[in-house]
Amino acid sequence: MTETVSHELEEIPVDMVQSKPKFQVSWQVVFSLVMFVFMYLPIVVLTVYSVNQSPYSAGWKGFTWDWYLKLFSDKRILTALQNSLTVAFSAVVISAIFGTLLAVGLARYRFPGKNLFLGISYLPLIIPDIAIAVATLVFLAALQFRLSLWTIVAAHVVFCLAYIALVVSTRLADLNPHLEEAALDLGATPAEAFIKVLLPQLMPGIISGCLLAFVLSMDDFLIASFTSGTGATTLPMEIFSRIRTGVKPDINALSVILILGSGTIGFIGQYLSNQGEQKKR
Amino acid sequence: MSVSTKTSPPVPPQSQPDVRRLGSNLLGPAVLLGPAGLWLLLLLVVPTLVIFELSLVPNIRPGDLVIPSGLGNYLRVFESLNLQVMGRSLFFAIGTTLICLSLGFPVAYWIALMTPQRWRNLLLLGFILPLWTSSLLRSYAWVTILRPTGVLNLFLTSLGLPALDLLNRSSAVLIGMSYSYLPYMVLILYASLEKLDRRLLEASADLGANPIETFWKVTVPQTFPGIAAGSLLVFISSLGDFVDPELLGGASSMTVARLIYNQFLGATQNWGFGSALSMVLIFLVSIAIALLLKYGDTKPQG
Repeated sequence: MTETVSHELEEIPVDMVQSKPKFQVSWQVVFSLVMFVFMYLPIVVLTVYSVNQSPYSAGWKGFTWDWYLKLFSDKRILTALQNSLTVAFSAVVISAIFGTLLAVGLARYRFPGKNLFLGISYLPLIIPDIAIAVATLVFLAALQFRLSLWTIVAAHVVFCLAYIALVVSTRLADLNPHLEEAALDLGATPAEAFIKVLLPQLMPGIISGCLLAFVLSMDDFLIASFTSGTGATTLPMEIFSRIRTGVKPDINALSVILILGSGTIGFIGQYLSNQGEQKKR
Repeated sequence: MSVSTKTSPPVPPQSQPDVRRLGSNLLGPAVLLGPAGLWLLLLLVVPTLVIFELSLVPNIRPGDLVIPSGLGNYLRVFESLNLQVMGRSLFFAIGTTLICLSLGFPVAYWIALMTPQRWRNLLLLGFILPLWTSSLLRSYAWVTILRPTGVLNLFLTSLGLPALDLLNRSSAVLIGMSYSYLPYMVLILYASLEKLDRRLLEASADLGANPIETFWKVTVPQTFPGIAAGSLLVFISSLGDFVDPELLGGASSMTVARLIYNQFLGATQNWGFGSALSMVLIFLVSIAIALLLKYGDTKPQG
């Protein structure tokens, strides 16, 4: 039903500008295209420099794969990448479980202090990273906790949890509650109903939440540097320490690889959540 | 699963319509809410209370006049050099918000109202996709573009224009931050503009308003919650941004986040003062969140 309404709306001229001949290019089109170029300019620049023989001068000095080869033989980068992947996978797995349970719990129960609980759950989405980083470091230091990769994981779970819970809640709000009731009526135990009925329906939400959390964990520099101590270096920390001292050609190559990787994950994640939204209509 | 064996059959209590709606309450609240609740309590709530406590511990530098109260760390925030840092952070945050709003609104407007329905998701996705790539590397790309021998100056000089020296100045920080947060602004404005009732725009035109009048008297008031939400989100994010000022701003662009970083991981080790600065940052962000809750989503749409 809503489908037909939106089609009708489509035919109504949007504003005065569009009552002119239909294919006239308005300034909004030009402006938006410039903004699209602006959004992709840094990515294009990094890509071009990653295959430029001389990235130190702005000019083009010929094509080369050297920076990529140099990158793949760089032990410190590879170790940092491995650390980042370990942290991201661990944090996402823990957050996926806790975050899904949290979202279901928040949708099901009313209890005194629920609003406070809800507020705290979503606080990591808004509070600046630096504040979370400082708080975690001070707290771990007060407990004299040994800093390592696992303290980074513990800190990352805080914000991954919030993102996954948020995405799952959105999905949960659109579900048909009768399916789970029906399963219970037909004799399923609550755990069975949860695993066999609710969970499959939530899965697209959980997956897109996980992808988002994964990319955010891989991207985090501040919280990791505060909670890692001296032993463990994640990829963003390694990148930061290198680029702070100037432009490094092999970092351009690394950028391109990371941009392709996280861009793909981002695309899949957005695609999944768009699919979910489209079903709503 | 010990929780589930103790509780009653799947007939939910009447006082909890939510429970009924979603089926059984046999997976107890402890199982559902416990793990995340405990994690957040231990790694978010308690740590914040600990830095609040630490911020009150007097941290006296050699040569300082002794300030007997526990507020010494907070009083230091008001020293002129630190006030300057706070002022600069606010300037960057407000500047970024205004730039993102003025750049983002036309884009969101175009995608939400002037393109065919089936393109919208794809265009929006295309616009926010760079958001998914490393924020550190996107800022670093701006170094490559803005540095004296960078892409921008190569372009300008090849046109016969004078080269610009933007890197390590406020302008570079504003460019980097606006770039970083523009997709958020567009995303939120889009959600708000998409809900806009187009018939109102048409009615306004029919009643003789020109496009500019329609924009200010219909579009802006109708989408105000979105404008407020987008602006406050960008403001909050840019206020706490560390990477953009650090990489693009140079030594003269000290901001709150960088100052806090230095108190913990930099040369000036002063955890008490750093904690106080963090609390001030949290306080400023809380004001923004309070405004967000008040103006962000209250006005009925359409």
